[in-house]
Amino acid sequence: MSNTPATDALVLYGQTFESRLLLGTARYPSPDVMEAAVRRARPAMLTASLRRQTAKPGGAGGDNGFWDMLRELKVPVLPNTAGCHNAQEVIATAHMARELFDTPWIKLELIGDDYTLQPDTLNLVGVAETLIRDGFQVLPYCTEDLVLCQRLVDVGCQAVMPWAAPIGTGQGPVNPYALRTLRERLKVPLLVDAGLGLPSHACQVMEWGYDGVLLNTAVALAQDPVAMAGAFADAVAAGRAAYRAGAMTAQESAQPSTPVLGTPFWHHAQQQ
Amino acid sequence: MKVLINDTPHELAPDARLPDALQAIQAVPPFAVAVNREFVPRSQYAERVLQADDRIEVIRPVTGG
Repeated sequence: MSNTPATDALVLYGQTFESRLLLGTARYPSPDVMEAAVRRARPAMLTASLRRQTAKPGGAGGDNGFWDMLRELKVPVLPNTAGCHNAQEVIATAHMARELFDTPWIKLELIGDDYTLQPDTLNLVGVAETLIRDGFQVLPYCTEDLVLCQRLVDVGCQAVMPWAAPIGTGQGPVNPYALRTLRERLKVPLLVDAGLGLPSHACQVMEWGYDGVLLNTAVALAQDPVAMAGAFADAVAAGRAAYRAGAMTAQESAQPSTPVLGTPFWHHAQQQ
Repeated sequence: MKVLINDTPHELAPDARLPDALQAIQAVPPFAVAVNREFVPRSQYAERVLQADDRIEVIRPVTGG
């Protein structure tokens, strides 16, 4: 992360990131595998969360291995408010995260339905506005609803993160029309957060012009998470390059790619 | 007086302050604290007087998506 503009770098709240992949830190087979996956993917940010510290015999308040690993990796941390169901919980959690991780970044999660983990779209905008007023750099996890995303931008979110599908499902974009419409209508950075399962999913949304992706389970639960981390990093880069290159317009009928003029053995009579 | 620390009942002195609650669970840094769902900055721990039935959350960093 830096404040120095680089060629085609991701810029969020005025800060520049070399990578367009944001990676979660949960559900890996082991801390060592997670660390190796992070080193392979070289993500722009790593997400983290907060949970109760439990007292243990001997006085240890908990294993600090994860904390130590975060500090060693030197990747910017994006704390989340996962599990929060109302504004008060989100705001308290965000402030605790800011003090703990010493960062203004917050991935705003306000859950409205425990079964689908769908965001509480009716209250998300108000909470985002409060956090921005409190000085946070808010990246809201939201649905692909155009009006919702626009309202988030209206209250000061400089980027929004619509889901592709429910968290952890790996289904890929279930509503391509809405995601593409969103990309066409909003000018702020858009990052697809949640629901990606394959590198091709990530490549697809990047080809549509999305600015980045945030994923966790697709890497963590792969049979080889480290290799999959690399595959996603490559897919994100390829999708971005394709978007910048400009895709051809799809055609309804076949168009020979080999020149027709001078085709051997061709004779006008053959058309009769 | 009784307070809840991370949803577990604890008995503290009537004039207890936040550091007493942290001592009760032997909290180890890094952590952050909320009382009754309101964040308490680290700089205010010493002066924060607790009340009976306060709900104290002491949280630590964990993996997340």
